[in-house]
Amino acid sequence: MKRFFDEELNTLRSHLSLMGEKAIEQLRAAIKALVERDRGAAEEVRRNDDILDELEVKIDEEAIRFVGLRGPVARELRLVIVGMKAGHDLERVGDEANNIAKRAIKLVDERPVKEYVDIPRMAAMAEDMLRDALSAFFDGDEAKAIDVCQRDGEVDKINKQLYRELVGCISERPSTTTAAIELMFVSKALERIADHATNIAEEVIFLLRGKDVRHTDEIKKTQ
Amino acid sequence: MDTSNDNSERSPDAGGEVSQPRMQVERQALGERGTYRQDYISFLNYSFFYGPAQVLYDIELAMPDRQVTALIGPSGCGKSTLLRNINRMNDLIDGVRHEGELLIGGESVYDPHLEVISLRKQIGMVFQKSNPFPKSIYENVIYGLRVAGRKKKSVLDEAVERSLRRSALWDEVKDRLHESAFSLSGGQMQRLCIARAIANDPEIILMDEPCSALDPVATGKIEDLIHELKENYTIVIVTHNMQQAARVSDRTAFFYLGKLVEYGETQQIFMNPANSQTEAYVSGRFG
Repeated sequence: MKRFFDEELNTLRSHLSLMGEKAIEQLRAAIKALVERDRGAAEEVRRNDDILDELEVKIDEEAIRFVGLRGPVARELRLVIVGMKAGHDLERVGDEANNIAKRAIKLVDERPVKEYVDIPRMAAMAEDMLRDALSAFFDGDEAKAIDVCQRDGEVDKINKQLYRELVGCISERPSTTTAAIELMFVSKALERIADHATNIAEEVIFLLRGKDVRHTDEIKKTQ
Repeated sequence: MDTSNDNSERSPDAGGEVSQPRMQVERQALGERGTYRQDYISFLNYSFFYGPAQVLYDIELAMPDRQVTALIGPSGCGKSTLLRNINRMNDLIDGVRHEGELLIGGESVYDPHLEVISLRKQIGMVFQKSNPFPKSIYENVIYGLRVAGRKKKSVLDEAVERSLRRSALWDEVKDRLHESAFSLSGGQMQRLCIARAIANDPEIILMDEPCSALDPVATGKIEDLIHELKENYTIVIVTHNMQQAARVSDRTAFFYLGKLVEYGETQQIFMNPANSQTEAYVSGRFG
């Protein structure tokens, strides 16, 4: 049965969708600024971070109001809780993109350590995970959410591999130390973005199943 | 529902043949919501007594036009008494008296020139237990109009359809309008009573725990209906269901022992009440 306050949930969903788009936009722009050594573009990313902060606050306000006034239960309650948590994850994605932009600005003045191959690859993987986690949320697609959770390990693996490579660069060419450390931060930021995508995917599973699969081997069993 | 047997003025869209003065109220139906009169129903330093017993103390309360105001509080706190003062239902009890002012649209409901029947005509009422008359669905809706002397079939037909549509019951009963009202479910009967209340084209609808005897689905329908009706009517609802008050009302007044403890935007009352008694009551720790 349709209720008069259903539209409020649609508003919350659409704000989350907007937030997802903005977070992905910020991530892409930060990586582009890094690869193209574009200080102006990186500064633009840093300026735009406020948009995600504002959307997070708006989603929290809407969710708290809905819980306080509409008395949601069951799936509707889970939807509101998951909406808030996903909003928080997306805001953290924005923070990581901001962090990458900050590193990109520092790297403009540094000699390149190595050609950018792994970082854009990692960024693309993290972006895909984020996009799929959001699409799993909006479509109610549990299989897609599980798939996102299972891809997190790949990004972790590249992060570790890149870390080892960069440590090697520092040993071989100490002059690259500053740039290599900045790249380690970028890699770590991308690994964190993939973690946030995984969090959202786990929240989607909670939304759909009503069961919390975090910190369990539930997802591995599904493999 | 309030029905009356006078021949009061018909509303322009209700149809009818009789025209007599009715209480003139000042409504400002201008532009966006929120531009309506904020003190459409006003209690000014209002006290009420059943014989020697005082049940309302110095109430200061202004209810906005075309919004839903919820009255909450533990049993015996005076909320139903306050509701029944609005249409002077309490006048029917011996030994009652009041002090202070009760205004609707700026006009005192105790104005000696005001006919009580005329006042009640513009205030529909819905009770805890649905109380359809032992008549057909059709006759229930137009009971008030018939009593008022309206006979023209087309006018009555139009009033039935309009009222049943507004009370979200039309689609469910349009093919059996002449069946007994008792053939309806509890939730449908309550919506029929709402249809009967609005058939007279009132300004205000008073609801005294309208969903307390209904199941969750019927309750949901009534709540959705309240949300729709506030576009056209000023609604005052007494409820013991906190979630219902939170869901359907724009403003909430919390009463305790005959006193108005706190009154404000529903969101504020339920999410950040200023008074610790209000907080204890809405969170179910008191009352």
